[in-house]
Amino acid sequence: MSPARWLRDRPADDRLLAVDVASGARVDAHVRDLPSFLRAGDVVVVNDAATLPASLDVRRGDELFELRLASRISESSGWAVAFGAGSWRTPTEKRAMPPELKVGDALVVVRTDVVLHVTESLLGRLVRISWESSQEDVLGAVYAEGRPIQYSHVDRDMPLWAIQTPLASRPWAVEMPSAGRSLGPTIVSGLRHIGVEVHRLTHAAGLSSSGDPRLDAMLPLEEDYEIPVETAVAVNAARDRGGRVIAVGTTVVRALESAGPNGRVEPGAGAATLKLDALYRRRVVDGLVTGFHEKGSSHLRLLSAFAPEALLASTYEYAETMGYLCHELGDVNLVVGAGRMGA
Amino acid sequence: MNANAPKDIRGTSWLITGGGRGLGRAVALLAGSKGAKVVVVARTRADTDEVVATIRADGGTAHAIVADVGRKDQTYAIAGQAAALVGPIDVLVHGAATLGPRPLATVLETACEDLEHALLVNVVGPHRLTKAVVPSMLLRQAGVVLHVSSDAASEAYPTWGAYGASKAAFELLARTLAVEAEGTGIRSVIVDPGEMDTKMHADALPDADRTLLTQPAAVARKLIAVALDAALGANGARVVLQNVRES
Repeated sequence: MSPARWLRDRPADDRLLAVDVASGARVDAHVRDLPSFLRAGDVVVVNDAATLPASLDVRRGDELFELRLASRISESSGWAVAFGAGSWRTPTEKRAMPPELKVGDALVVVRTDVVLHVTESLLGRLVRISWESSQEDVLGAVYAEGRPIQYSHVDRDMPLWAIQTPLASRPWAVEMPSAGRSLGPTIVSGLRHIGVEVHRLTHAAGLSSSGDPRLDAMLPLEEDYEIPVETAVAVNAARDRGGRVIAVGTTVVRALESAGPNGRVEPGAGAATLKLDALYRRRVVDGLVTGFHEKGSSHLRLLSAFAPEALLASTYEYAETMGYLCHELGDVNLVVGAGRMGA
Repeated sequence: MNANAPKDIRGTSWLITGGGRGLGRAVALLAGSKGAKVVVVARTRADTDEVVATIRADGGTAHAIVADVGRKDQTYAIAGQAAALVGPIDVLVHGAATLGPRPLATVLETACEDLEHALLVNVVGPHRLTKAVVPSMLLRQAGVVLHVSSDAASEAYPTWGAYGASKAAFELLARTLAVEAEGTGIRSVIVDPGEMDTKMHADALPDADRTLLTQPAAVARKLIAVALDAALGANGARVVLQNVRES
């Protein structure tokens, strides 16, 4: 499948391939048609995390290299991954290894006073960092000097606005939770108009890949999420009345399933550690709006929790034939699964 | 609790552009002193630092973002930092504005670049910030956008063309947003503070008798009442602040 190389002028014109797992039926449509696939009583949940310009140039002594934030900027600490020589034009798997990072290293964000201290180091490049600067100063440095994480399959450098989803608020994500990229105010109003509720949670979407197989095997890392009380109430009520819970993006699936191991979603903050795959039995989420991604990615593993792998394979084959575009700026796939556990 | 009762300001999150001086500064200081979490945006570090230090010294929560609302590349930096620091924004106050040419100039003598700049700072910049902040209010089904305007938006005063034209466009966008947001829980409200003793006023009319001008702090109290109380500031309303009677 070809990657989308840039954004469409009107996001709602992005294509949507709807797949009903129970019947195997599929329909070619556009994102603006999303309401026609849902019904009154359903609940749509979106991730309202905005995206940080998470790629920083840092200095350790004389060495200058790229450090990508891998978590949100909390009061005093976070996670990051170092990259060696090469720009975003180089596919990550071809980039040089960064200098080996050790506990006690001080990494200075260039052109700022912010120093990131390495307090834990895995594989020499995935590091836990802490800072003495205020959260305000670290955010200021990141927004002044950071750049969005870029993708080598995209035509040009993506500015900060290009990696925001329209309904976003707090910048907890380091890569755009891209399934929600084309879901704007008009579609929200359209859904509500037909009796579909639209609610939010915030999930700190982390790095999608590093190009380092040892590191990628660890992805996704534990990710913070926060579920508002009204969202938990709405999701649980939908389940009680036989409505369906539709997640926009895999981050929403991870958060809701993490917060509802017994099928009842608990509101509040948590950390998602679940890795979903074909063996996982969903307790909360019935369907998913998601982008198209590479075969073999953790993303497709997660999707197999919604549909048999044979159906996913034929869906992808069909999408490729029909010219659907994949990756962050690409088209989307609505997969409404069958047989949620306890449904 | 009556859903229409004025909202409690404590713990609410405010993003105030033009918060370094004048009315924006007064709104920030008062909201901060009443327990709101305040983010102040202005171009001058010394101004934002003074406001933030004053609020914090009083035990309040405040943060500064030094940015220019007229710059496209700073829109999401403002929105992102603000939401990271104080959480999703409950009240967005579009207070930043430029007069255009200084000294003020007749239409025939207004440089095109000065008009463009006035439109950029007073219309396009606020529009960008609205687009970055307000859609998430739609998800939460609550939020207030206050558009600080002027009677120059509708009255043709000699030499106020650039400013007046920009404020007229700003007001129509605010009213259109209000129509589109009807029933969503979001309120888009225009507030006209009237003549106040501010630096902007002195820049425009250096010879004015300052003793006749209202102090920004008095107007700020009314602006905050409008933000918290839908009965004083209904969606789509244009509120002349000096006429507001607080309960």
